[in-house]
Amino acid sequence: MKTLFDKVWDSHVVRKIENGPDVLFIDRHMVHEVTSPVAFLGLKSRNIGVKHPEKTFATADHNTPTINQHLPVKDPLSANQLKALEENSKAHGISYWGLGHEKNGIVHVVGPEYGITQPGATIVCGDSHTSTHGAFGAIAFGIGTSEVEMVLATQCIMQPKPKSMRINVVGNLNKGVTPKDVALYIISQLTTSGATGYFVEYAGDVFKNMTMEGRMTVCNLSIEMGARGGMIAPDEKTLEYVKGREFTPTGAAWDKAKAYWDTLYTEEDATFDKELTFKGADIEPMITYGTNPGMGMGIGKDIPTAESLEGGVSTYKKSLQYMAFNEGDSMIGKPIDFVFLGSCTNGRIEDFRAFTEIVKGKQKAPNVTAWLVPGSHKVEAAIKEEGLLDILTAAGFELREPGCSACLAMNDDKVPAGKYAVSTSNRNFEGRQGPGSRTLLASPLVAAAAAVTGKVTDPRELL
Amino acid sequence: MAYDKFNILKSSVVPLPIENVDTDQIIPARFLKATERKDFGDNLFRDWRYNADNSPKKDFVLNQDKYSGKILVGGKNFGSGSSREHAAWAVYDYGFRCVVSSFFADIFRNNCLNVGVLPVQVSPEFLEKIFAETEKDADSQVEVNLQEQTITIVNTGDKESFDINAYKKENMLNGFDDIDYLLNMKEEITAFAENTPL
Repeated sequence: MKTLFDKVWDSHVVRKIENGPDVLFIDRHMVHEVTSPVAFLGLKSRNIGVKHPEKTFATADHNTPTINQHLPVKDPLSANQLKALEENSKAHGISYWGLGHEKNGIVHVVGPEYGITQPGATIVCGDSHTSTHGAFGAIAFGIGTSEVEMVLATQCIMQPKPKSMRINVVGNLNKGVTPKDVALYIISQLTTSGATGYFVEYAGDVFKNMTMEGRMTVCNLSIEMGARGGMIAPDEKTLEYVKGREFTPTGAAWDKAKAYWDTLYTEEDATFDKELTFKGADIEPMITYGTNPGMGMGIGKDIPTAESLEGGVSTYKKSLQYMAFNEGDSMIGKPIDFVFLGSCTNGRIEDFRAFTEIVKGKQKAPNVTAWLVPGSHKVEAAIKEEGLLDILTAAGFELREPGCSACLAMNDDKVPAGKYAVSTSNRNFEGRQGPGSRTLLASPLVAAAAAVTGKVTDPRELL
Repeated sequence: MAYDKFNILKSSVVPLPIENVDTDQIIPARFLKATERKDFGDNLFRDWRYNADNSPKKDFVLNQDKYSGKILVGGKNFGSGSSREHAAWAVYDYGFRCVVSSFFADIFRNNCLNVGVLPVQVSPEFLEKIFAETEKDADSQVEVNLQEQTITIVNTGDKESFDINAYKKENMLNGFDDIDYLLNMKEEITAFAENTPL
């Protein structure tokens, strides 16, 4: 009577503490430069090492520039943080994919690309979008730096088992509706705290029919509804994706792993603490109008009035004031200044294919600055190999080098104060893309439509 | 990292009656570039607290002299978004030892417990009472008793109990951290690791 989540969680519990958390064994630990240096300092002060360097993988992504990566990093603080990760990785025997390394990219993009991400694994990283890896049927979630230190030191973490929620999306999706829209729709229905305390399993035809890239986009955004993480049961598509990658087991080890993976599904009579069902046909291309990812709506709708919402009137009005939007406004036709295609949410090859589909044969609007940032060098290579770069170049776009970039603007890719960015990233918080920046979260199709028209445009008109 | 023991905290409060305060507001990403834990309190609520020219925004609560104390009281869904522990560090380093809200985001709550900030979840009604009392009297005190798991508005005597798991409570009362616990399980973990399928 177990759920998929129960099976993976329970098989990783080293010890149960009465009236306390479970001690959970971690199979894979991804590390990046921002949330790890203080954890490594902690090891030093305790005079201990990394217990399982072979289960630990480091990549530089949050601070990295997305142009001229062959040159020294200009910002001294960023350079210092990157250097710290390189030195810490070296000192502890951790594989490090730094700037300029062929495998470098966003931690949640490269993990799956190289087979580090596997079904049934427990995966953590000091980054809330670690939930991405749940697309493979892994339990994956973000942790704080104290917990990064715990995992480095002991390969374990202490967490109470979350409650379970299943979100079903049934039927089919309409034209122009992408995995990003599915996720933004669910968040708009649940709010940003609707799944807090829960771990989500996504089920139903819509997810079954989704590509692995699409499933990653959905699981990535689980945290934006408050959930610790989200996961999808592995199927043939999952194993097909995993097979043959660098860190994927082979031979007898594959057979052993597969025997485990074949057990990873929710049993028919298993129950969840909460279960929700949505219809795929109800979902439109989405866009956000406020300062949290739950403030989203179908692109053709009008911004809701404060009175039509439950509670929080002053917070809602403050949010619209920041965005300089009015209750009842239509989003269609609103002028925009920036377009960002990239991030761990939408920086994969499929996202670049979608974007290219719209801009093909058109021209970038002159008032738009567009940042197209692949999630990894592997994605970058695929963009070139598939001929997408030629199409993008002809349409007036440039491709940048991999990294987190304008998703959180820790590097130079900052949207200026007061400017509007249609962004395929994951957060529209105040100042997220630069102090004073205004973010409209959307799919790669909506971003592309905005990039060629210079305003918020329904992508279905251009498909 | 070691932190001060927590037992009974009686203090005036700093009210922040805004919902969905995300960790990007608590500390913006551009202040996450340090390689050691130092001075994060300076940038707590940076963009709500300072103008672009670094002058203080007079209407923000941290810049109003009448409000001070070791207890920060926020609107519902406090600490959503990024997992950055820097947010909890900023709260602690500024001088807060306790955050009160009617609802916390999971990762922020965990991070607080790991750095010695006690997250106290109260009912929406009780939260409103704290805000109302503080509005009336900026020096109004709140008492948080971890041993008894109660929170009291001193002026009115309103009292509510709050949840915390027994393990974490013990840690907070003694200033222990999880790593010490895990390091003591070394052999048990090693034996477990040998039998994992992946």
